[in-house]
Amino acid sequence: MTIVDPAKTGEVADPNAVNITINGKPTVARKGELIIAAADRTDDFIPRFCYHPRMPSVGMCRQCLVEVETPRGPMMVVSCMTPVAEGQVVRTATDAVKKAQEGVLELLLANHPLDCPVCDKGGECPLQDQAFSHGPGESRFVEEKRHYEKPIAISDIVYLDRERCILCDRCTRFADEVAGDALISFTSRGNDTQVMTFPDEPFSSYFSGNTVQICPVGALTAKPYRFKARPWDLDQTESTCTSCSVGCRTVVQSSRDELVRYQGVDVDPVNWGWLCDRGRYNFESVNSPDRLTNPLVKTDAGLEATSWAVALESAARMIRLALAKGQRSVAILGGARGTNEDAFAWAMLADKLGIDQRDAQLGDGLNPEVFNLNQATIDEACSASTIILLAPDLKEELPVLYLRLRDAAQKRRSKIIEFSAHDSGLTPYAWRTFDYEPGNQARVVRDALSTDEVRQQLSRGQVAVVLGRANLAESEMFTLQAAAAVFEAVPNAKVLPVLRRGNVRGAVVAGLTPQNDAGDAIDILNAAAAGKIDCLVLLGADPMSDVADAGVVLRALAQVKNLISIDTMLTGSNRNADVVLPAAAYGEKSGTTTNLEGRISNLSQKITPRGTSRPDWMIATELGIALGVDIGVSSLEQLNQKLVATVAAFSASKDPRSTRGDGVLMTRETPVSISSSSVKAPERNSYDFRLVVSRTMYDKAQSTLASPSLVGIVNDAAIHVHPSELARIGVADGTNVRVGSEGTSIVAPIKANSRVHRGVAWLPFNHTGVEINPLLNIKGEVTDVRIEPIK
Amino acid sequence: MSRLNEANTKLAREIISRYPRPKSALIPLLHISQEQNGYITREAMQHLGELVGVTSAEVYGTATFYEMFKFEPVGKYLINICGTMSCALLGAHELMHHAEKKLGVKAGGTTRDGMFTLAHAECQAACTEAPTLQVNYRYRLRVTPADFDKLVDDLRDGKLGDEIPQHGVLAKVRQVIAPERAVGAMAPEDVNDAPAWLDGKAAL
Amino acid sequence: MSKTFSHAPGFVAGDRPKIVTSRFEYSDSFTLERFLATDGYKGLRAALKRPATEIHEDVKSATVLGRGGAGFPAGTKWGLTPQQVWPRYLVVNGDESEPGTYKDRLLMERDPHQLIEGCLIACYAAGLSQCFLYIRGEMALAQERVAAALNEAYQAGYVGKNILGSKFSVDIILHWGAGAYVVGEETALIESLEGNRGMPRLKPPFFPAANGLYGQPTIVNNVETLANLPWLMVNGVAAYTAIGTKTSPGTRMVAVSGHVKRPGVYEIINGTTTFRDLIFGEEFCGGIRDGKSLKAFVPGGGSAPWFTPDQLDLPFEASQVGPAGSMLGSGAVMVMDETTDIPAAALTLTHFYAHESCGKCTPCREGGTWLERILRRVVNGEGTDADLQQLLEVGSMICPGNFPHASNQKLGLDAVPFPYKMTTICFVGPSAYAPVHSALTLFRAEFEARVKKRVTIPVTAVGVSA
Repeated sequence: MTIVDPAKTGEVADPNAVNITINGKPTVARKGELIIAAADRTDDFIPRFCYHPRMPSVGMCRQCLVEVETPRGPMMVVSCMTPVAEGQVVRTATDAVKKAQEGVLELLLANHPLDCPVCDKGGECPLQDQAFSHGPGESRFVEEKRHYEKPIAISDIVYLDRERCILCDRCTRFADEVAGDALISFTSRGNDTQVMTFPDEPFSSYFSGNTVQICPVGALTAKPYRFKARPWDLDQTESTCTSCSVGCRTVVQSSRDELVRYQGVDVDPVNWGWLCDRGRYNFESVNSPDRLTNPLVKTDAGLEATSWAVALESAARMIRLALAKGQRSVAILGGARGTNEDAFAWAMLADKLGIDQRDAQLGDGLNPEVFNLNQATIDEACSASTIILLAPDLKEELPVLYLRLRDAAQKRRSKIIEFSAHDSGLTPYAWRTFDYEPGNQARVVRDALSTDEVRQQLSRGQVAVVLGRANLAESEMFTLQAAAAVFEAVPNAKVLPVLRRGNVRGAVVAGLTPQNDAGDAIDILNAAAAGKIDCLVLLGADPMSDVADAGVVLRALAQVKNLISIDTMLTGSNRNADVVLPAAAYGEKSGTTTNLEGRISNLSQKITPRGTSRPDWMIATELGIALGVDIGVSSLEQLNQKLVATVAAFSASKDPRSTRGDGVLMTRETPVSISSSSVKAPERNSYDFRLVVSRTMYDKAQSTLASPSLVGIVNDAAIHVHPSELARIGVADGTNVRVGSEGTSIVAPIKANSRVHRGVAWLPFNHTGVEINPLLNIKGEVTDVRIEPIK
Repeated sequence: MSRLNEANTKLAREIISRYPRPKSALIPLLHISQEQNGYITREAMQHLGELVGVTSAEVYGTATFYEMFKFEPVGKYLINICGTMSCALLGAHELMHHAEKKLGVKAGGTTRDGMFTLAHAECQAACTEAPTLQVNYRYRLRVTPADFDKLVDDLRDGKLGDEIPQHGVLAKVRQVIAPERAVGAMAPEDVNDAPAWLDGKAAL
Repeated sequence: MSKTFSHAPGFVAGDRPKIVTSRFEYSDSFTLERFLATDGYKGLRAALKRPATEIHEDVKSATVLGRGGAGFPAGTKWGLTPQQVWPRYLVVNGDESEPGTYKDRLLMERDPHQLIEGCLIACYAAGLSQCFLYIRGEMALAQERVAAALNEAYQAGYVGKNILGSKFSVDIILHWGAGAYVVGEETALIESLEGNRGMPRLKPPFFPAANGLYGQPTIVNNVETLANLPWLMVNGVAAYTAIGTKTSPGTRMVAVSGHVKRPGVYEIINGTTTFRDLIFGEEFCGGIRDGKSLKAFVPGGGSAPWFTPDQLDLPFEASQVGPAGSMLGSGAVMVMDETTDIPAAALTLTHFYAHESCGKCTPCREGGTWLERILRRVVNGEGTDADLQQLLEVGSMICPGNFPHASNQKLGLDAVPFPYKMTTICFVGPSAYAPVHSALTLFRAEFEARVKKRVTIPVTAVGVSA
């Protein structure tokens, strides 16, 4: 935070500047700023437990008492709830303040167990640290301490030790006010107050890990880190999470060259310190024993380990042979998992070889032109007066963006207008929700935006459209049509594209997108299935689980002559590959990544790549050499310099330092407009349900399955319909039903779900239990299914 | 049946509608559920959460804050003997000892027949009439050991049925607002202007 | 002449002006019929015949003091709402639970219509759109009487839409608590009314008048305060201020309990009646029971520091009781005679406040219980002289600096004036300490006689290391 000091700049006095004195030092604070925050900036640290800059203060722990001068003498106030005022004189270390702070600390320690030697928090514990810096040094409490059952698991991930809890209200406030999952609460009263879940109902929040991170004692601990390391043994570096495209800043911590923990870092434009549990805990997959450590080549006996030289030579030979047949005989799928530099290296290699068929999106994204619409940043979207959601359930797919938008709706009075076929995590916070059936969203948008009430709201200020793919069982055209309908009504609306894969935007902009009118991923797969592609390169892509229509993937993989995979593990797609090159994973490589709003920020290597695995860019370089084409880079720095010099959008990150901390936004181009197509969805037969398929946070993603703490959370697929539809189908909740579409059918349990609108059936994508892919025919514009009891 | 029954659900909805925010009705609704079941059940809390639109954990957090809500069955008659200052000065402890002997249970306990639960209570706002007790929140003042014995015997014999309902029943008279007389909940988002009578003129 | 009534146990009537207890003599005082027969709703009618601002002015110039404990003038409180922020609410604090106090319960049980009329006058005068009448959970009879009265009043057109056929419309919603002393604190009351745990909010920023129920301007008034308004409307400001003193006009209800001959709730003249009048006066309590002598008394509810006979001549006037080291609080005097076991008496109160802590502020949650445990040890004869010092040490963590206490000639003590400093949000924490501090300051010998003479060895807190 920058504070304007008029004395230094000589500028006109800032109307928001407030002059105060802290411990005799004059300083300039901002209007509305709390004393504790102002004191942080002047290095007059005030001890605290309940105060958290990203949550409303409660003044609960009373640790941050300071003295403020009043006409009637010094008055003791809690600095976390007292805003600065012009001329205010604050003292944070007088004898009276010290005595009060020591008193509160002694009281907090009165019932706190002295199990620091076996407590995970030991060494990084605010209570421990502040007892040392601001405590009385001894306790006079000779009574028996409070006793509770030692740690109880309150979810699959989080353990609660109520004896250690100092009742600061941070976790409960976070769960209620930040995450909207009030699944933990204070219970009982007074000295018996404790944090608890509802009896036998777990704290199953997607954001539970944040409560562990902000707990000022060792009351909340997380399974993946329990007893794993001591803070003083940890090595750490700041990085960016690439589990999805929000791009949360993290601290990656390791011990003995193994990842042990991620912590959220507070950056203002993005994640405010929060992480989702998937992003926080899927580091376990990097440590997985299933990681590939050596290149593999296919032999008669199956995949066998070999040297890099042999593997690269085999791969080069396959590509060379295919290229000899024509440039359209080779295709590259994937690249969204890597860094900007990885993608750029592969794009350069493809350019040199003339491979136009490349796509970092896997048929579940949107036309890359959405990146060239009038762009909104996350901040801009969250400060718009109206936010239009034409997007998947963000709580499931881009969790921390959900937190930001929820905050916008709850605290900043932005109004959310949601268009959806089933309720999302944001529905409770939406000002208006308009129900559509896949295929008719453009019409619904047009009608909704023309009502007086909505028109009035739209005219109140900036409008932001959060635009993404809500349904894998419909053509992307319908989403684009709906977007076009918004622009008809609000031509200056800004767009926040929400494509979910980690670095999809960076990969596309760096060049991993179809060139010279080549087809996209689905076209590539169809071409492969038709026998037109000899060599397919999977760059960290697992189309068997990433592409909705697994049928076409299966046929494609069966038809291609040679399959080359660059990946961290064996997957459903590369088990029969001809060559598998082991890739370095998150935490094992450096570079930059781009989030959904086009923010470039750095990734840092923390541990050595497992085995002989190496970063994708290096593989591209070496493969190029084996193919006789030199992409001309020999180091990451060189590659990055070439990227910022070559691709205009990346020029903003010319200074590598700009990618640290907040990161830097891509250079924006002049916005283009969107053209609407005339595709129309067929009418739905009233016996049928229109199918919606979308992702949830915990699915069969490789990184989830290979993370022991998360794998148990993945649940089996079921077909969800509105409760009132069960009678129509003639089945009871939970029974197996036949779900059929155009000659194929699957059997799945049915679930009554009041969040699914009538006439629509929802299937979670890529879950365990049921293979739903046979229903997902990519060629169809929408998918209608018939649900029948099994006789 | 520990969710609210149909009549009580209807009553709950009516009470919720009086408030600008549904959660405000939570404590009255907890009383209704305690009246129905004698104590607060898990299912009741889940049901109330659904009715007022909060999580079960939030209902639980609120409910456990308040002394009157019991989460386990208690006796048909809950006898609360006040032990705060004025009552303590005038024999509350002796009364409690007597009560424990008479009922054969310690404070906090319930008689084997499920008739009585005996409990310590804090100030009952009848300090001049010490020592006091409440049976299901109905007062008994200046209670002597003989008074206590008679009270217990009368309750056992069903002689006080009219005056003292079973545990959970609080007020026997409820507020009823006829729709045509009701002004309706004044939610912050629905009211932007000063009330009509603040126009500087007399209302009558 | 003092008179009692079997239908109103506890209440003692006298030959003094009656502002709020005028109907208590009637056994059917709670019915609409009796109410209307005794000038009921006349004050409301009088108020509605004048512009709202004038009514507000009347309440201001009559200096109707809040009867809940803080003694803040109601008219001034109403004026603290921010301009042009609507709606505003009235929350009636009927969560009476301060040890020693009861008068709101009687007012609700005996004269519910008077309270309803007071609520209506307040809503009219201060432009309050909806009224929530919060009654303590344990007061079943009060809830029934108020519910029945509201039902009658709604039907008869005194509450609800177009009251008395005028443009004035307001709902009064009966709400009831569920047993938590701290909810009597106005911000906790608002939390509770929002369906939350009754944990107080910090003022500022949560001054109810500006930021109260649902974040809106909210007036929280005590039952007795509002019950004064009908009389004021009927009889006028001059008649009201003619009773009592300039700074404490009118009457107030006071409950005197403990070791007196005739304990009871009295409506006394404010500002002039002294504690001596009240405890020894023939028209009041008539002295200490059984010919015993007065040892000490709590002048303003369990939270108040104690007085001894030295302070008997102080009147019911905040500006004199405060400098003398205590407060008038909620109108409750608890009297202890010479036989009283002082440490044990203090323990009942400290236990009360420790038990009633909401658990929000560390000093109250941890300190209150700690005080109680030390004190219990001392009372049980297992304490040491170090424990007595420790009581004061723990107390100073809740209330730093000098804690108020009365002067005492025998002990050569000068008074430390009210109020105290505190490290907590509300007064529950300090209230746990007040009885301990008073008892130890004024009757230390009784504690010393109880403790064993040995020294405890301090235990090291934590093995802190860098």
